[in-house]
Amino acid sequence: MEREFDPRDYAVAMVGITKQFPGVLANDNVTLLVRKGEIHAVVGENGAGKTTLMNQLYGLLRPDSGKIYVFGRELNLKGPRDAINAGIGMVHQHFMLVDNLTVAENIVLGSETRRGVIFDLRQARMRVKELSESYGLMVDVDAKIEDIPVGMQQRVEILKTLYRGAEILILDEPTAVLTPQETEELFEILRKLREAGKTIIFITHKLNEVMAVTDRVTVMRQGKVTGNLITKETNPREIARLMVGREVLLRVEKQPNEPDDVVVEVEDLWVKDNRNLDAVKGVSFYVRAGEIVGIAGVAGNGQTELVEALTGLRKAHKGKYMLLGQDVTNLSARELRLRGLAHIPEDRHKYGLVLDFPNYYNAILGRHDQEPFCRSSFLDHDVILKYTKELFETFDVRPRIPEMPSANLSGGNQQKLVVAREMSSRPKFIVISQPTRGLDIGAIEYIHKTILRLRDENVAVLLVSMELDEVMSLSDRIYVMYEGRFTGEVRPEEVTLEEMGLMMAGHTWEEVRGTVATR
Amino acid sequence: MRWIQAIFDILTNPQFYKITLTASTPFIFASLGGVFSEITGVVNIALEGIMLMGAFTSIVFTFYFGSPWLGVLMAIIVGLGMAWLHAWASIKWYGNQIVTGTALILLAQGVTGFLMEPIFGRPGQTDLIGKIEEIRVPGISEIPFIGKVIGELNPLVYIAFGAVVFSWFLIYKTVLGLRMRSVGENPEAADTLGVNVYGIRYFGVLMSGVLASLGGAFLSVGELGQFKELMTGGRGFIALAAMILGNWNPVGAMLASLLFGAAEAMNNQLQSSPILHVSASTKPLFNMLPFIVTLVVVSGFIGRTRPPAADGIPYIKE
Amino acid sequence: MIKSQQRIYAVLVPLLSVIIALLIAAVVIVLVGNDPLKAYWEMLKGAFGGAQEIANTVVKTTPLILTGLAVGFGFRAGVFNIGAEGQMAMGALFSTMVAMNLGSMPSVFAIPITLLVGMGVGAGWAAIAGALKAFTGAHEVISTIMLNWIAYYLGNYMVAAPLAVGSGTPKSPEIAPSAKLPPLLTVHATELTSGIIIAVIAAVVMYVILEKTSVGYEVKAVGFNPYAAEYGGISIAKNVVLSMAISGALAGLAGAVEAMGVHHRYLGALTAGKGFDGISVSLIGQNNPIGIIFAAFLIGSLRTGSNAMQFLGVSKHVVMIVQGIVIFLVAAERIVRTIMIYLRFRRREAGMES
Repeated sequence: MEREFDPRDYAVAMVGITKQFPGVLANDNVTLLVRKGEIHAVVGENGAGKTTLMNQLYGLLRPDSGKIYVFGRELNLKGPRDAINAGIGMVHQHFMLVDNLTVAENIVLGSETRRGVIFDLRQARMRVKELSESYGLMVDVDAKIEDIPVGMQQRVEILKTLYRGAEILILDEPTAVLTPQETEELFEILRKLREAGKTIIFITHKLNEVMAVTDRVTVMRQGKVTGNLITKETNPREIARLMVGREVLLRVEKQPNEPDDVVVEVEDLWVKDNRNLDAVKGVSFYVRAGEIVGIAGVAGNGQTELVEALTGLRKAHKGKYMLLGQDVTNLSARELRLRGLAHIPEDRHKYGLVLDFPNYYNAILGRHDQEPFCRSSFLDHDVILKYTKELFETFDVRPRIPEMPSANLSGGNQQKLVVAREMSSRPKFIVISQPTRGLDIGAIEYIHKTILRLRDENVAVLLVSMELDEVMSLSDRIYVMYEGRFTGEVRPEEVTLEEMGLMMAGHTWEEVRGTVATR
Repeated sequence: MRWIQAIFDILTNPQFYKITLTASTPFIFASLGGVFSEITGVVNIALEGIMLMGAFTSIVFTFYFGSPWLGVLMAIIVGLGMAWLHAWASIKWYGNQIVTGTALILLAQGVTGFLMEPIFGRPGQTDLIGKIEEIRVPGISEIPFIGKVIGELNPLVYIAFGAVVFSWFLIYKTVLGLRMRSVGENPEAADTLGVNVYGIRYFGVLMSGVLASLGGAFLSVGELGQFKELMTGGRGFIALAAMILGNWNPVGAMLASLLFGAAEAMNNQLQSSPILHVSASTKPLFNMLPFIVTLVVVSGFIGRTRPPAADGIPYIKE
Repeated sequence: MIKSQQRIYAVLVPLLSVIIALLIAAVVIVLVGNDPLKAYWEMLKGAFGGAQEIANTVVKTTPLILTGLAVGFGFRAGVFNIGAEGQMAMGALFSTMVAMNLGSMPSVFAIPITLLVGMGVGAGWAAIAGALKAFTGAHEVISTIMLNWIAYYLGNYMVAAPLAVGSGTPKSPEIAPSAKLPPLLTVHATELTSGIIIAVIAAVVMYVILEKTSVGYEVKAVGFNPYAAEYGGISIAKNVVLSMAISGALAGLAGAVEAMGVHHRYLGALTAGKGFDGISVSLIGQNNPIGIIFAAFLIGSLRTGSNAMQFLGVSKHVVMIVQGIVIFLVAAERIVRTIMIYLRFRRREAGMES
C-alpha cells in the first residue's frame, strides 16, 4: 500500500479478522476493503470462509480478533440490530422470510410501523409501496410469502434491507435460485442501487457473474484472502486459479457413447405438490441405457416432484411410468429398488442418510433386509462391516471408520457415501438429483467422473440439476423444465446458454429457434 | 326411543347450554394458553400440570385467607412459575419439550398430592372451602332462554370469553403479536431482524402458564369450591386437542373448546336424565364420551390445520 | 474416545439427576417440617431392610421394567407412547377375562395363553394410536392420553357391572389357579413372583430386536429420519403402527404379569400409575434395555421405600416429585452437563490452588 491505511476511505473495512470454529480456522487474518458506491465481489469455493466473514459483518458472529470499520467508524457488533443501525443489510442465501406473513409484514418486522402497541398495517403497506416504487422493485404487498415466486421473494429481501435504511447491502449467493433472465434483472437492480449511492457486497462462486456486474473482487481460499483484483483488469481464469490454488478444468471431458435400448419411458405424467397443486403437468420422456439425460430448470419448477414420483416417494395421479418394459407407475420405493432403481437424492441430509446411524448402517439403507446383509430378519454385522470397508476403499470415503455416525462425516464424504451405496447396488436406472450442491471443487470433479462411469457401464442416468453448467457438460440429451412442463428437448452441443435461459423462463424450443432465426 | 327423547329434552333445556359454557371454560383458558405457547414455537403439554397447580393453589389461598379471588391471583403466580420452568428448560437448555412437559405434569401431581396432608390434614380431597359466586347480569338475565344461559354465570366464565378477544387482538393486531407469529414460524428470520426470539418465546410460554392456571383455578374455586387430587382429569390434553382443532387461532380454539364442553355437558346431563335412569355402575361408560369425541375429532380434522412451522423445535443460535 | 465419553454421560447424567432430585425433595421435606435424613433412612429400610422388603421391591420393579421397555422401545422408534397406562390396563383386563375361564387347562398352556392375550390386547390398543398417527397425523401424545382415559373408564365399568364380584372395591373374580404365575419364593406374606424372569427376558428380546434384526433397523430408521427411511424403501406407516404395537405389547404384558402374579384378578387400581412410571424408567435408563432394568429397580425401590416413609408423616407423593425432577433434568440434560463441567472446573481450580 502506498499510503497509510485510513478506514475513512472505505464504506466497509474489515481488518485482520480471525474466526476459529471447533476444528476449523474459518477466517485467518482476513482483510476486506470495500469502497463506497461500488459492487464488490467476494468469491471463493464452498468452505472458503465467505459466509463466515459476512456473518461477522452482520453481527451474527463475533470475530476472535480483528477490527470492523463502517464508514470510518469502528464497530463492536453485538448482534444484527447493531449492524442494521450501522446501515448494513443482508440478503441471505436461504431467504429469511416468514412464510405465513404477508410481504409488507415481513418487510417491517422488527421495525414495525405502530400506534402505541398496535401494529399499523396500513402505514406499513404504504411505506413498502413507496419504497418498492422508488427503486423499481415490484412486489405484491398483501400476498403471503408462501404464495409468491422466488424472484419476488428475493426482492422482498432487498426491500427489507432498504426499509431499514441500509447503505451497505450484502448479498449471499443471490443468483442460485434465479433463471439467467431473472439474474439479469437482479443485476439491473444492483446497478440502480449503485447509482443511488449504495455499496454492495456480492458473494458468489460464479465467475461470469463477477465479470458481469462487479467493480472489484476479493478472492478467498481456505479462510485466507488470496487476491484483491479490479474486475476490469482480470479474467475468470485468474480468479479461478486464486480460488482453487491450481489450474482447473472448467469442462468435463466426455467420450461419445452409443446409447442402448430404452430403459425408462414416461408418458404424460402428472404429479401434485404438498399443497395439492399440479407441480408436474404431463411430462413425457425416455432414457436409454448408457445415456445421461439431463433435466435443466430453475428450482421449484416441478423437478423435485418429478424425481419423487420416479423414485416412489410421491404418487402420480395420472400418466404412465415404464421401467424395463414393466408398468411401475406408483410402485413404492422398495418395489422400484427391487426392479433396479437407484436414487441419489437432492437433499442428502433429509433423504440420503440417517445421520444418527453409523456409516455401516447407512451403507446398506434400502438393502438392509436383503441377503447377504440380512438373513431371515437377522442382520449379519460382520458381512455389513466388511462390505462397508470395501465400499469406503473403492469410493475413497474418509475417514474409513464404518462405526462412526454419518453425521460426523464432511459434506463431501457424506455425498460419496450416498453415491457409493447407490452405485454398488448395480442399478439399471439411476436418478441423480443435485449431486454436487454444496461440495468443493475436488469432490465435484470426483462425482462428475463417477456419473460418467455409470453411463459407460450402460446404466440409464437421469440427471436433475439446477446448475446449468453441470447439466450442459454431462448430459447427452437435455429436457428443459418450466412450471411442470418440458419446454424443449435439446442436445447440449446444439444449444447456447442464452437459448437454454429462454427455455428455462418458459419459452419453447420452437419459439426460441424462431426468434433466433428471425434475428 | 327413550334415548332420542332424553337427548331432545336436554337440547331444549337452557341448562345444557349453560353447563356447556361452564364446562368449556377450563378448555378455553388452557387452549388459549396452548395457542400462546405454540404460536411462538414451544410445545407445552404441561398444560395439564399447570392447571392442576392452579386448581390447588387457588384453593390453598382461599383456605388460608378466605378470598377466592386472592386464590386466583396466587394461582396465576404459581402458573407463571411452572411455565417459567418449562420455558427455561426448553428455550435456554434446548430440552425435549414434550418430555419436560411430562415432567412438569408429574411434578404437579406429586406436589399437590404431597401437600394435601400438611395443609388439609388428609389425602384425596379437601372439604368445601369456598368459591367465587355466580354473578347476575342485569338486563340479559331477564331475556327468556338466553338469560338462563348467559345471564347468570361465574365471573371466570365471562373472563374466559374476554380472554379470547384479548388474545385474538394481541396476536393479530399488535406489534408483539406479529413478532410472536414470526418467531414460531421462522425464528432465524426474526432473529436476523433483531427480534428477541428467546424473549418472545418466554412471553408465549409464560402466558400459557397464566391462562392454564386460570383454567385450573376455575375447576376448583370456580366450579366446585374444593380440590380433589388429579381433578383436572385429562382436560389439559383435551385443551391441546382444542388448540389443534382450532388451527392455533384463539377464536378457533374457543369454538373447539365449546364443542368439547358440549360433549362434557351432554355426558353430565345424560347421566342425570330422569328418563334414562343411568345406574351407578354404567356411569363410567358415559364418562368415556368426551374422550372418544376428542379422539375422533382430532384424528378427523388434523392435517387440515397447520401448526406453526417451528413448533417444538428449539432455536439454537449459530 | 468420544463414544466412550458419551457412554459415561449416558450413565452419569441420569445418576446425577437422581441425586439432585433427592436433594431438592429433601428441601421440600424440611419445608413441611420433617427430617429428610430420617425419611430417607426409613425409605432405604423400607426398600432393602429385610428379605420381605427386598421381595416387595422386586415385585414393584417387575411391571416397571416392562412399562419402561414399552416407553423406551417407543422412544427408540420415534414415538412417544404416553399411553402405557391404558395399554397395561387393557392387557390386564383382557388377560384376566380369559384366565378366569381357563380352570381346566394345565399351566403349560394357561400361562402362555394368558400372557399372549395381554400382549395382543396391549398391542392392539396401542396400535389404534399408531394407526391414527400414520393415517391421519393425529399426534400420539394426545391420542394415547385419550385412550388411557377410555381404558380407565372401560375397566371401571367392567369391574362395576359385568365382572363385579364381592363387595367393597369393585373387582373381577379370581383367575384360574393354573393361570397364576408360580412364585419363586414366598417370604412371609409376600410372594416373589416369577414375573421378574419374564420381565428380564422381555428386556433381552427388546435388545435383540433393536440391535440385531431388520425390524429394529427399520423402526430406528423411521424414528431418526422418516424421510430417509421412506427413501430407503421402508414404509413409515407400517413401522409407526408396528412400533406402537410392540410398545403396547410390552405394556400389555406388564398388565398380564401384574394380574397373573400379584393381584390374580383385575381391579381399577391395578395399574396405579405404573404406565406413567414407565416414562421415568425409560428416560433414566436412557432407553437402553439394561439401563431400563436398573432404572426400574431404582424407581421400584423408591416406591416401596416411600410406603415405609409414610409412617413418619411424609407423603409417598415425594417419589413423584423426585421422578418429575429427574425427567425434567434428563430432558434438559444440558443443565446437568453444565453442572458437571462446572464441578470439574471447580475441582481443577481447587487442585491448582493447593
